[in-house]
Amino acid sequence: MPLTVQHLDAWYGSKQALYDINLSFEPKSVTALIGPSGCGKSTFVRCLNRMHEEIPGARVSGEVLVDGFNMYASTAKARYVRQYVGMVFQQSNVLPGRSIFDNVAIGPRLNGLASGSSLQELVERSLRRAALWDEVKDKLNAPATQLSGGQQQRLCIARAVANQPQIILMDEPCSALDPISTLQIEELIRQLSESFTIILVTHNMQQAGRTADRTVFFLNGRVIEEGVTSELFSHPRKKETEEYISGRFG
Amino acid sequence: MSTALHTEKQTDTSPFRPRSPVREMQRQTVNMLVIALCVLCVLFVVGVLIYLIVYVLKQGIAYLNLDFFTKLPRPNGETGGGMGEAIQGTLILVGLAALIGVPLGLFTAIYLAEFGRGRFALAVRFLVDLLNGVPTIIFGLFAWVLIVIPQQTFSGLSGGVALGIIMIPIVARTAEDVLHLVPNELREASLALGATEAHTIVRVVLPAALNGIITGIVLAMARVAGETAPLLMTAFGTTFWSTDVTQPMDALTLRIYNFTLSPYPEQINQAFTGSFVLIMLIVLASFAVRWATGGFKRRF
Repeated sequence: MPLTVQHLDAWYGSKQALYDINLSFEPKSVTALIGPSGCGKSTFVRCLNRMHEEIPGARVSGEVLVDGFNMYASTAKARYVRQYVGMVFQQSNVLPGRSIFDNVAIGPRLNGLASGSSLQELVERSLRRAALWDEVKDKLNAPATQLSGGQQQRLCIARAVANQPQIILMDEPCSALDPISTLQIEELIRQLSESFTIILVTHNMQQAGRTADRTVFFLNGRVIEEGVTSELFSHPRKKETEEYISGRFG
Repeated sequence: MSTALHTEKQTDTSPFRPRSPVREMQRQTVNMLVIALCVLCVLFVVGVLIYLIVYVLKQGIAYLNLDFFTKLPRPNGETGGGMGEAIQGTLILVGLAALIGVPLGLFTAIYLAEFGRGRFALAVRFLVDLLNGVPTIIFGLFAWVLIVIPQQTFSGLSGGVALGIIMIPIVARTAEDVLHLVPNELREASLALGATEAHTIVRVVLPAALNGIITGIVLAMARVAGETAPLLMTAFGTTFWSTDVTQPMDALTLRIYNFTLSPYPEQINQAFTGSFVLIMLIVLASFAVRWATGGFKRRF
């Protein structure tokens, strides 16, 4: 299920945020997007599940192909794209009025993926994959807001996984978490990449080094460089990449 | 390394004390004056409120009994009786008003908060605010022209419609404010799973905003329960039991108005009793809704 981005531009009103992005993502891999604040990596990632267009005045042009099908085709509906490409946000946004079980089940219920006992199995599987099952199996009906920050973020991951996407986008999922929860989630990301294509936005270069197979460096709305993570960090080809990595800016 | 405790230095030269005693006095005085002013204002407001309620209760207590709620008014000059039909009428009229005002107001709020962009939404919001400020007697006139004249009769229906239209902008504004308070992250969480906008609004946004919306609705109902002018030429009033909305209907405010103008002291006293009951109804509604929705605790 390769994901290919061709000539992607994006605007907020009249202000252009992304310039002619061309990238390819291999299935069942982890790709990290790094770059300084405001470089467009979050904007880019939101173009991959058609969430960018939810912002008033926002616009996208170009193509994003999944298995050869363009998600921005005029016949394509954003809702179906979003079931295919899931998202985990920076701040865990568990749905507050619902139980842990209902939070995970909302996606499958919505999209008619499972019901009854198969739904129960799907929820359990998703919670296991998010390394949360053991901690919540006795309180599935408790409100989701009772969980700690790290647990809530893992619940959001379980919720995304339960929706059975092929690709999971993660926009700085650990930035609001403590170091231990961060390492737990990084471990999760590596495990999940055995089944999903993961695209991870991070401002933490060490995190990219720890989790990603490939890394892309963004600057001012453009892709400066991309490649195998270890190569990018040890032998950057562009000057800007080298300067960012060595901490001279950003 | 010395392990002795540090002794406190002399306080006279401490940097934590005022440098100029005169300026310090001035600041303290101004500070006290401002606080005193605030306290005085609060005492005045609370005092007026308490005085009002006590006065109304004192004047009307003689008639505050079960009969007041269950009996009709007695003929002029006779003692006893009650405002049973007026209380029943107020409840029916407010119920009718809610049937009209709540859906229209709520959906307007949902449009403004979730969909409205651009000039049309700005115009709608402006018009809603305008409606909020219109003197309520005009809504009575509106219902009079629209319903009373064609039907050639005063009716509870026209009264309910007038009150309902008054409710629309109140509900719309409070509901819109509450919807805006729901964090966008919740909407994004739902949309990112592939939910439709309708599903996001109905299953995610509205439940999060429900407490605030219910409070807004109940307070709007309490407000229209106290309206008199729009009912003067629509529901008109009656002194008989009636649940027929196609006929004139009584309301607590109409009966109070009527009795206050009366030369009979029994009726004037009963007007006060009615006022007290109306105030208590509103207080009860406020407390009930806060208790039912768990205070102002936000569910997100």
